[in-house]
Amino acid sequence: MTNEEFREVTIIGSGPAGLTAAIYTARANLRPLVIEGEPSSTGDQPGGQLMLTTEVENYPGFKDGILGPELMGSLRAQAERFGAEYVTAKAHRVDLSSRPFGIWVGDPGASEPTYRTRALIIATGARSLMLGVPAEQRLLGHGVSTCATCDGFFFRGQDIAVVGGGDSAIEEAIFLSRFGSSVTVIHRRKELRASKIMQDRAFRNDKIRFRWNSVVEEVLGDGSVQGVRLRDVVTGETSVLPVSGLFVAIGHAPNTDLFRGQLDMDDAGYLLTHEGTRTSVEGVFACGDVQDQVYRQAVTAAGSGCMAAIDAERWLESLGDEREGPAAASVGGGASEPAVPLGGQDGS
Amino acid sequence: MAGEITMLSDASFDEEVKSSDQPVLVDFWAEWCGPCKMIAPILEEIAGEKAGSLRVAKLNIDENLETARRFEVMSIPTLILFKNGEPQHRIIGAKGKGQLLQELQTYL
Repeated sequence: MTNEEFREVTIIGSGPAGLTAAIYTARANLRPLVIEGEPSSTGDQPGGQLMLTTEVENYPGFKDGILGPELMGSLRAQAERFGAEYVTAKAHRVDLSSRPFGIWVGDPGASEPTYRTRALIIATGARSLMLGVPAEQRLLGHGVSTCATCDGFFFRGQDIAVVGGGDSAIEEAIFLSRFGSSVTVIHRRKELRASKIMQDRAFRNDKIRFRWNSVVEEVLGDGSVQGVRLRDVVTGETSVLPVSGLFVAIGHAPNTDLFRGQLDMDDAGYLLTHEGTRTSVEGVFACGDVQDQVYRQAVTAAGSGCMAAIDAERWLESLGDEREGPAAASVGGGASEPAVPLGGQDGS
Repeated sequence: MAGEITMLSDASFDEEVKSSDQPVLVDFWAEWCGPCKMIAPILEEIAGEKAGSLRVAKLNIDENLETARRFEVMSIPTLILFKNGEPQHRIIGAKGKGQLLQELQTYL
């Protein structure tokens, strides 16, 4: 006898992609379960990366911009209104070897999954990369920060460095210039990757300086950050930049450890999709940053979340007979065992 | 079950934290901090479940910067567990309930 819950559709992740998929599948009366993640300060929390940002100016429909957390709160409530349900937890293990798929929340060693789902939509997004240099971890929270909106306040009147050259880095630098006496952008190339409008704002900002062609070799300081040791990648020269705050925005890595060995990925770990949002396993769909290292925008994530929902809905319809038995019984009384062979037992 | 949370200030901090016969978990937070908002309901739950063995308190760092500086808080949310008025354990950044309880367990 198993006591796991059965769902037609489960969505892992609750950024713009996951919540848009939730809105569409909820409106298709599929009663989606959203495994939304756990609080964190690094980008993989419920609501996703936008929870750590301030003003979102490029999401269509908000002519004066909207705060990231506010946008995500609205998306969440919108999906809830149509019947989406949320679990505030992380998925710790999945079994995609047979349908319905198994999902473990909590103890990944439990013999039975917490949930079984016919269709699975993966929207686990991406997380910020850290530098991986000496003392970075030790000084996290003592001058090294992963969240400019949380911690900028503490660097009022101090010198700050931001590492990176993309939109996130420049947005952080501009935000931090409200607090710091100076903000130095450290970038390994001699030009920025950020959008033109962000670049123009940064170049016009008196407090923002640039250290081009430079990489951080070490974070300096005992109890708190006192500086960074930089290396010029062209000349090879090293120098010390005295700062008390260090914010890292050098790029992202997809949150796909959970699916390693079960779904096809590219070399960087992004999920590979075909014919819309289909992954290498039938019934598993992927949307948002977890499968996109090109566009990575809130609106493209939301768009692909909609695609995944429609793909999942049509796939469920195409199952016809297979869909009749266990789902109806399980959703109704929750008592009967799914008829489809279970995969989660590993035979061990 | 949401438990009672004590609101601290620069003025009341020492008295409240030192005079407590239970360990006190202090949440250094601010209105503009997203991850702080995420853990607020978790702290209420912990306050309820651990009532009798742990007091949960909050200090708004915007209004009480002196205390935040004194304990070298440079990132929020920061949770510091005090026993007999002395800091015992520090948790930086938002975490899930299970992980918070696990980190606190050895001190309770």
